[in-house]
Amino acid sequence: MRTGWKWNFLCRKIEALEENMKNGLEMEKNGGPQRDVPELTREQIEAIPQQLFTPASFNEEEAEKISYSNYSYWASTLKNFWKNKAAAVLIVALALLIAFTVIQPYLPGQRPATLINNDPDTGMHLRNLPPDGEYWFGTNDIGQDLWARIWAGTRTSLFIGVVVALSDLIAGMILGLVWGYVRKVDRLFTEAYNIISNIPQTLILILVSYILRPSLSTIIISMCMVGWLAMARFVRNQVIFVRDRDFNLASRCLGTSTFKIICRNLIPQMVSVVSLQTVLAIPGAMGDEVFLTYIGLGLPVAIPSLGNLVNDGRVLMMSPQLRYQLIFPAAVIGFITIAFYVIGNAFADASDPKNHV
Amino acid sequence: MLKYTIRRLLGALLSLFIIVSVIFVLLRFMPMEGFLGAGYEKMSEDTVQSLLAEKGLLDPIPVQLFHFYKNLFQGDLGTSWVYRAGYPISKILASKIPVSLRLGLLSQALAIAVGIPLGALMAHARGKIWDKLGTGFIVLVEALPAAIYHLFLQLYGTSLLSLPLVFSKSNPVSLLLPVISVSLGSIAGYALWMRRYMLDNMNMDYVKLAQAKGVSGRDIMMKHVFRNAFVPMAQFLPGSILTTIIGSIYVEHLYSIPGTGGLLIDVIQRQDNAMVQVLVLLYSAIGIAGMFLGDFFMGLLDPRIQLVKGENNR
Repeated sequence: MRTGWKWNFLCRKIEALEENMKNGLEMEKNGGPQRDVPELTREQIEAIPQQLFTPASFNEEEAEKISYSNYSYWASTLKNFWKNKAAAVLIVALALLIAFTVIQPYLPGQRPATLINNDPDTGMHLRNLPPDGEYWFGTNDIGQDLWARIWAGTRTSLFIGVVVALSDLIAGMILGLVWGYVRKVDRLFTEAYNIISNIPQTLILILVSYILRPSLSTIIISMCMVGWLAMARFVRNQVIFVRDRDFNLASRCLGTSTFKIICRNLIPQMVSVVSLQTVLAIPGAMGDEVFLTYIGLGLPVAIPSLGNLVNDGRVLMMSPQLRYQLIFPAAVIGFITIAFYVIGNAFADASDPKNHV
Repeated sequence: MLKYTIRRLLGALLSLFIIVSVIFVLLRFMPMEGFLGAGYEKMSEDTVQSLLAEKGLLDPIPVQLFHFYKNLFQGDLGTSWVYRAGYPISKILASKIPVSLRLGLLSQALAIAVGIPLGALMAHARGKIWDKLGTGFIVLVEALPAAIYHLFLQLYGTSLLSLPLVFSKSNPVSLLLPVISVSLGSIAGYALWMRRYMLDNMNMDYVKLAQAKGVSGRDIMMKHVFRNAFVPMAQFLPGSILTTIIGSIYVEHLYSIPGTGGLLIDVIQRQDNAMVQVLVLLYSAIGIAGMFLGDFFMGLLDPRIQLVKGENNR
C-alpha cells in the first residue's frame, strides 16, 4: 500500500515539475507573466469596506492551550480496514457463513449429518441423488444428506482451525517473546528449532495417535505441537528487531520491569504480523486437515469434516454426474480459506502503524 | 572462505547427527510388533523374539544407534524392513529419485521462468490490471488447499484438453499437467516475493537519484531495481531446487508417478524404521545444504555481502 502510494506520488511530482518548466519557458517567450486578475489601484483598495475584517487580538487562554492529537490506534486500524472493499465484503460474507454454520442444525427441516436416508416406499437407500428441491446438495453414495454433511463438516473444520490458531498464538507468543528477549536462551532455542523443524510432522502425528486414539483431539494436538514453531520464530525475529531500539533502552534505564516492557513496548509493535499469522493459521489448519485425510491419517469417517468430504468426492470425480459431491465441499472450503487469507492480509496492512496517517 | 566452509560443514554434521539420533530414539517408542510387517499376530512368541533379535531390536538403544552409524560410515544405508523387505534402501532410492528430480527440475524451471517475470511485471504495473490479475492468482494458489487445485487441474485438464490422465514414461506429453501442477505453488511464491522486493527497492533513494539524473525508467528497472530485488530471491532458489528430490505427494499420487513423493509418509505409516531414518537423514541434509548454497549464491550475486568477516575488506 504504502510503497505504491509513494511511488505514484513521486512520479506525479516529477510530471508536475516538467509541466511547470514548460509553462515557464512559454511565458518567457510571450514576454513576462500574465495574470488573469488585474492589479488593484489605490482607490479600489480603499473602497473595500472595513467591516469585512476583524483584527486578531492576543488571547491568553488560547495561547496556553496544548494541542493534542486524537489519534487512536484501534480506530485508525478499523478505519483503514474498512477502506479495503474486497476485505470488507468478504468479512461480512464470512461472518454470515460462520453464523449460519453454527445455527444450521437448529433450523427447521434439517436432517442429521450422519442419518442414512431411505426411500419411504421401497426402503432402499437414496444413493447419489443429484441436487434437487428435497436434497439441496444431493446425497452421497450411502444416502446421507450432503447439505447437512457440508455444514457439519464446516463446523468441524472451523473448530479445528480456531483451536489450532489460538494455541499457536498463545504458545508461539510466550515462547517467541522469551526466545527473543532473553539473550541467554537464544542459542539453545535456535538449535532446538532447527532440530524440531526437521522432524517430519507425520512422524509426530503418528506418535501422538499411538498414545491417543485417532480422533478430533489427536489431530488438534498434533497440529498444535508443530504449529507454534513458525509463530515463535516470527515473534522472536520481531522482538530482536525492536528490542534494542532507543525507547526500550530509555524504558529500561528508567527502571521499567522486563514484563512491563514486553507487554507495553513490544507486543503493540507486533500486532500486525502476529494477527496475520494467527488468521492465516485457520485456513492453514483446514488445509492440513485435508492433507491428513488424503494420506489416510485424518478424522474417522464417521465424523463429517471438509477433509473427509473432499476425499469422498475425489473418489467419485471421474464420473461427471457425481462430480457435485466434490465441487460443493471444495467450493465451501475454497471460499472460507480465500476469505480468511484476504481478510488477514487486509488487517495486517491496516494494523501496521506505518500505514496510519 | 575455506575455513568458513569447513566450519559450516561441521555445524551441519552436528545438526544432522542430533536430528537423526532424535528420530532414531523416537522411532523406538513405537510398538515393536509393527516392525515385523503384516501377519505378526499369527507368529508365536518365540518367533517374534527371534525376529526382533535378528534385527538387533532387543539391544539397548545406544548400541543400536552405534550400529546404525557404523554401517552409515561404511556407506551402507541398510535394507528396508517392510516397504520392500530385505531390499537395499540405496537401490529403492536410486530408482525413485531420478523420476521426482526430473519432474521437479522441469517445474522449477517453469516456475522461475514464469514466476519471477510475473512478479517484476506486477511491481512495474502496480495497481493496474496486471497487478490485480497476478494478485488474484497468488491469493487463489496460496489460500486454497493444494489438494483442491491439483484435483481440479487434473479434472478439467484431462477432460477439456484431452491430456493423458496417468503418467507414462514413453509419452512426454503426460508430464505436462504434473509439471504445471507442481510449479503453480512455486510460481505464486516467486511472484509474491519478487513483487515485494521490487516495490521495496523502488522506494529507495538510489532510484530517486537515478530518476533525477535522467536515467530512463526501463534502465532503472532492469539494471538497478531488478538486480537488487533478485538478491534476496537467490537465497531460497537453491533450496527449492534441491527439495524437488522429496517429490510432491499429491501430484505423484494423482498421476501415478513412481517418484519419491509420499515415500516418507508411506514408510512412517508402515513402520519401516530403517527407511525412515535414511530418508530423514537425506531430507535434512538437503535442507541444510540448500541453506548453505543459498547463502553462497547470494554472496556471488551481490559483492556487498561477505560471508567471512574481514576478508577482502576495502
